[in-house]
Amino acid sequence: MQLIKDRQIIDDIWNYVTDDAELAAGNISVSLARWQQDKAKLLAHDGNIGVRLGPADSVDDIAADLNSLQLIELDFPDFADGRLFSHAWLLRERYDYHGEIRATGHYMNDQVFYLSRVGVNAFSPEKAEDLPVVLSHLNDFTVKYQDSVN
Amino acid sequence: MYQYNDNDQILVDERVAQFRRQTEQFLKSEMSEDQYRALRLRNGLYIQTHAPMLRIAGPYGLFNSKQLRKIAHVARTYDKNYCHFTTRQNIQFNWPKLEEVPDILAELASVQMHAIQTSGNCMRNTTSDHLAGVCIDEIEDPRPYCEIIRQWTTLHPEFDYLPRKFKIAVSGALHDRAATQFHDIGLHLVKNDAGEIGFKVMVGGGLGRTPVIGQIIKPYLEKKNLLSYLEAILRIYNLFGRRDNKYKARIKILVKESGLEKFSTLVEKEWLLIRDNNELDNERINGMKAQFVAPAYDTDAVRDTSFSQQQDENKAFATWVKYNTADHKISGYRAAFLSLKAPDSPPGDMTDVQLDAVADLADKYSFGEIRSTHRQNLILADVKQADLFVLWQQLELLKLATPNIGTVTDMICCPGLDFCSLANAGSIGVAKEINEALDDMDYIHDIGDLKINMSGCMNGCAHQSVGHIGILGVDKKGTEWYQLTLGGSSENNAAIGERLGPAVAKDQVTKAITTILEVYIEHRLEDESFLDMVNRVGITPFKEQVYAIN
Repeated sequence: MQLIKDRQIIDDIWNYVTDDAELAAGNISVSLARWQQDKAKLLAHDGNIGVRLGPADSVDDIAADLNSLQLIELDFPDFADGRLFSHAWLLRERYDYHGEIRATGHYMNDQVFYLSRVGVNAFSPEKAEDLPVVLSHLNDFTVKYQDSVN
Repeated sequence: MYQYNDNDQILVDERVAQFRRQTEQFLKSEMSEDQYRALRLRNGLYIQTHAPMLRIAGPYGLFNSKQLRKIAHVARTYDKNYCHFTTRQNIQFNWPKLEEVPDILAELASVQMHAIQTSGNCMRNTTSDHLAGVCIDEIEDPRPYCEIIRQWTTLHPEFDYLPRKFKIAVSGALHDRAATQFHDIGLHLVKNDAGEIGFKVMVGGGLGRTPVIGQIIKPYLEKKNLLSYLEAILRIYNLFGRRDNKYKARIKILVKESGLEKFSTLVEKEWLLIRDNNELDNERINGMKAQFVAPAYDTDAVRDTSFSQQQDENKAFATWVKYNTADHKISGYRAAFLSLKAPDSPPGDMTDVQLDAVADLADKYSFGEIRSTHRQNLILADVKQADLFVLWQQLELLKLATPNIGTVTDMICCPGLDFCSLANAGSIGVAKEINEALDDMDYIHDIGDLKINMSGCMNGCAHQSVGHIGILGVDKKGTEWYQLTLGGSSENNAAIGERLGPAVAKDQVTKAITTILEVYIEHRLEDESFLDMVNRVGITPFKEQVYAIN
C-alpha cells in the first residue's frame, strides 16, 4: 500500500495491529487503549511504535510518551468529526511532536489542505487512485488568513 | 469599507475554482451526497423545497454599490429577479440552478463577494451593528474587529468541522443592535475603569429550539488578546461540544451542561497557554481602522435649513423621517432606513430593479455604501439631511419608503413553507394577512415600538423567541398552527418570550395579534412601550382576551 508523506508518494512501512491480534515484528501502530495496556511490552518490541487516536481520545493521554512514538495516526470514523483537527494542532504546537502524523479512515480529499495546515504530514487514502488527487488538494489555496502549524 | 487586497481576491477566486471542481465531481457522481452536502453548505448552498437556495455573505452587513448591482445582475440572470435579505445580514437567492452556482460565485468573486461559510457546521459570517461608525451612542466602531474576525474565521484550518454552526456578533455601542446576547459568542466593546477600551465576552447564547441568553465569560478582555481568546473558546468547544445529538451540539448546551464556571475554567486554562499567540498589535488594529475611516463629510451640511422646512410642509415626509431615519454622529447627516417591509411584499425581499436603483441612490447620496440590518432592512448610513427629501421621494417610487421601521409591520419573517424544506408552517402568507389587517399607518404609529418575529418552524430563523410578539409555526397532524409568545427582546434587556397559551389555528392568528394590540392600547400607561407594558402586567390580560375569542 502506498501513501503520501511530506508531499511524496511512498510505500507504507507500518502495520496497524488490532486490539485482539498478536503484536507482530516491525513498525506497528496500536490503539490508545492497547498502548496504555501493553506499554512495557510495546516499548520492548522490535520496531517502531505508533498510536492510533480516534476523535474521542485525548492527546493529553500520550503527551508523556511522545518521545517513544514515531507515528500518530488520526483515524476518522467520519469526515464531519473535527476533533482530530484539534488533536493534530495540539500534537504539533502544544507538545512539539516531530514524528509522523497521519490521517487515516474516512476523511475527504477536500479536507487535506486544512489537515496539512494543522500539522498532518501523511495521508493514507482509502483508494490508491486518490494519491495524486490528495497531492493536488494540498495546494487548494495559496493564501491563508491565520497562523496555524503552517 | 474594507478593500480587498490581492491576497483576499486570490482566496475568493481559489474558492470558486475549488467549488466548481467539487460540483463537477458531484454531478459526475464522483462524490457522495453526504460529502457534497458538507462542502456545498460551506458555500451557502442548500437544497430546498423547490430549488437550491444560495446564501451570500454580507460581511457585518456592509456592501458597496458595485456589489449591489452585481446582486441585481445575479437575480436577473440566474434567479427570478429578486433576492432576500436575512437576519444575519446575508443575501439569499431562492431559485438558482445547482449547475450554475459555480458561475454565480465567479460573478460574485469579481466584486469581492462570496458565500464562504454562510452555512455548515463552521464559523459563520460575523454580524454587527448596522449603525456602526455613525451612531451617537458608540464606544468604538466595531467593524475593524469584525473584519479581523472575518479573516480569522475564513477557512480556519482547525475549526472548519465543528459540532454545529457557530456565530459571532460584535457591538460597539451602548445600545445592542446586533443581538449579541443571542450568539455563540457575543462581543461588546466596553470601557474599563481606567478608560481603556476592550471587549466584554459573552458565550453560549443562541436561538432556535432552545433559546438561551449568553453569559458573560470575560467582563473585560484586552483587544490584543481577542483572537487568542476566541481560539481558546473554539478549541474547547471543538473538543468537548456534543457530537452525539445534533440538537445538543451547540456551544450553548456545552456551557449549560458543564455550567459556566467549569466551562470558563477550561477556556481560561487553554487561553493561558496561547494568550501570547496571535496578538493583535496596535499596528494591525490601526491598519484595519484605516480601512473604515469616516467618509469625507461635508462640513456645511449642518447649515442646511431646508430639512426642517420640508418636514413642516410635508407630513408624510416628516413621518418617514421620524420612523425611517436615525441620528448621526455628524451634525447635518442622518442614517436612512430603506424598509423592505412594504405591505404587499414578502419581508426582506428586493427586486433587481430596486437593487440597481438603490445602488445609484447610494452612489448619489451615501458615499456608495449600503448596509443590511438584523431586522431585514437596508440603510444608507451617511445621508445629508438636505438630501433626505429627494431621497425619500425616490424611495417612495421604489416602494422602499414604508414608514414602519421598528413598528408592528416591520416584521422579521422567515421564508416558511413557501420555500424552506425545514418549515412546518407558512409565514409569508400570515405576515401578509397581518399587514392587511394593520393597514392604518396612524394606528401602527400609535402602537409604536413593537417587534413581531415570525418563524415557520422550531429552527427559529426569524428569531421568534425574542420578538416582542413571537409567532412560531408548528405542525399539528398536517395542519398549520401557531404558537404565540410575548415579551421577548434581543436588545440590551435580552429576554425570551413567554408562551401565551395553546397554539392558535392559522385562520385565528391575525385576530389574535390584533387582540393583543387592543389589550396593549387599553392597558398601557402614557408613553409606555408594548414591551414595558408586558413586563409590568405580565401575559394574563392578553391571554384572557386572545383565548376568550377562540
